[in-house]
Amino acid sequence: MTSSVLVIGARSDIGLAAAHRFATAGYSVQLAARNVAQLEADAADIALRHGVSVTMHELDLLAADTFEAFADSLPVLPQVAICAVGLLGDQVASQSDLAAASLVMRSNYEGPALITGLLAERFEARGSGTLVGISSVAGDRGRASNYVYGSAKAGYTAFLSGLRNRLAKKNVHVLTVLPGFVRTRMTEGMDLPARLIAEPGRVAEAIFAAVLKKRDVIYVKPVWRLVMGVIRSVPERVFKGTQL
Amino acid sequence: MILSGWGRYPRQECTVHNPRSEADLRALTRQGPLIARGNGRGYGDCAISRTGTADMRRFNRILSFDAQTGTLAAEAGVLLADVISVFLPRGWFPAVTPGTKFVTLGGMVAADVHGKNHHKDGSFGRCIEWIDLLGADGEVRRCSRKENADLFAWTIGGMGLTGIVVRLAFRLRPVESGWIRQQTLPAPDLETAMSLFEEHAGATYSVAWIDCLHGGKGLGRSSLMLGEHARLDELDARSGAPFATPRRRMRKVPFDAAQIALNSLTVRAFNALYYHRAVAQRGEALVDWDGFFYPLDALLEWNRIYGRRGFAQFQCVIPLESAKAGLTELLRTISASGQGSFLAVLKRMGPSEGPISFPREGYTLALDFPVNPDALALMERLDAITIDHGGRFYLAKDARMSAATLRASDPRTLDFAQLREQRGLTPFRSSMAERLNL
Repeated sequence: MTSSVLVIGARSDIGLAAAHRFATAGYSVQLAARNVAQLEADAADIALRHGVSVTMHELDLLAADTFEAFADSLPVLPQVAICAVGLLGDQVASQSDLAAASLVMRSNYEGPALITGLLAERFEARGSGTLVGISSVAGDRGRASNYVYGSAKAGYTAFLSGLRNRLAKKNVHVLTVLPGFVRTRMTEGMDLPARLIAEPGRVAEAIFAAVLKKRDVIYVKPVWRLVMGVIRSVPERVFKGTQL
Repeated sequence: MILSGWGRYPRQECTVHNPRSEADLRALTRQGPLIARGNGRGYGDCAISRTGTADMRRFNRILSFDAQTGTLAAEAGVLLADVISVFLPRGWFPAVTPGTKFVTLGGMVAADVHGKNHHKDGSFGRCIEWIDLLGADGEVRRCSRKENADLFAWTIGGMGLTGIVVRLAFRLRPVESGWIRQQTLPAPDLETAMSLFEEHAGATYSVAWIDCLHGGKGLGRSSLMLGEHARLDELDARSGAPFATPRRRMRKVPFDAAQIALNSLTVRAFNALYYHRAVAQRGEALVDWDGFFYPLDALLEWNRIYGRRGFAQFQCVIPLESAKAGLTELLRTISASGQGSFLAVLKRMGPSEGPISFPREGYTLALDFPVNPDALALMERLDAITIDHGGRFYLAKDARMSAATLRASDPRTLDFAQLREQRGLTPFRSSMAERLNL
């Protein structure tokens, strides 16, 4: 039997790169996204390049009432499920516009946590599986420049941590991925330090390796562990005066 | 963002866009003059534009493959390298390939690339079934030999100046293995090299590496390489599985070489070494596809070898009837100048196809020179010799020719410029188009 991978948020550059990486290893692929029909060319591409079967599934992470039906509709409960949904939003808008802030919070925490939790139940019942949550280094400490996004990611990181703790003895592996800056649609046009940026393919490679090795938490570029270690260790009294 | 072609000359500050969809492209065409850019392997200024350069590499999906006919449909930003890695293991190889696999399919259309089999199989255009072309009005048109046939013809070799190639379908050739039966024949002078090409007109692949610094009696001494796709029964134990590709040691040029490192002495030594190696290795050998078609691809960023100022390519084709006289004069001029070219390639071409495509029946000579005043002056002398002998130039390589030179060498370019005007295609504009008044 071939293994399969479910990618939630398959229109994201990281999600799509992950789909390719698992397909390279022979996994059949389930692509889930909002407006999934736009992924038709990508589905054909993955199928042709890697000779695997690819299915497409409509999923809106803001519509939790559809999640059960979505999970039931999958051709098979996948071995690996990756949640790559993320919405950076506009921090300034999020500060004054409650609807904008709510959208960022729900897209980065509520939706991802609920769908991951729902799949966790099914994986636990089956007694196997790997859940991969793409969170963010922004969740490691709230900063003025992106704390609405960061706080939602912090919530998702904590959720994954708790889930991992709960499922540790149930043969369900939970992997938290902290990519750092990645050259994607989200960061397009930003002026970012070259040494801290990873390509989506590199993130996908790191995810694949970490799934095989059953890692718990990974920073895609090791330098981020150091960077965030430093940022976390600055005393709040000092930190509040900085511009990061 | 500062952009250049593969020759790193000229460099210009360009506004770069990263479209992801047809809608993005449509929006860009409304913003002003635009040129599509693939993987940046065109040598000069063909895929750069100050006003708008559209990086097409996100259009990188393979769409369908018909295993009956070998027809592959894909988006324009797909790399030829990806096509090979996906389809060679299934027994298919590009029917036409240029000397690097790091080109996009859209770039292959724009330049109407040719390969070592041009004398037999024609250029890339011959294996294209259709092209989806985005026009200045934002509409995407299917162009083929039946539909929008003239737009189809002018797009092949049109250097991106007829619109943006969004996707295309082209045929691959069936092969039994990824191995090539290579035959190496040393030719002590130009006349021998040319008669070997004529004698081996039936070979699928043929190309010669020519020592352009050797003058006198050995003017034009070359190493001719012929190749055939190896059949299953021709493989030996060393080649292993038919489609297994030996892992190549990839090297990277780590920094810009000082231009002085590439003086006529080092180039002379290199060329002599290469020729004598060919003499020693004459005869037949089984070589893998990667080494046969793409010897330079193993040296990543080899364009840095010419130093910071970059290099300029010169590639012309001289019609068959004047080829010997023209090539002799070109080679004499080069060897007398002492200006070195590491990579001088001579090849017999087949008949002309298409209204703007480069190839024509005759001999093509490709050289590269570091960019400096002496070399630029030499190339102008080479331009004049080419025109005197009825030859024309390959725009994918050019970075420095004048509009007058182009017009004198190729009257078709005047028709092309008129067509662009009449059809409202001038919003597709590269720095090359501006330089050459296309």
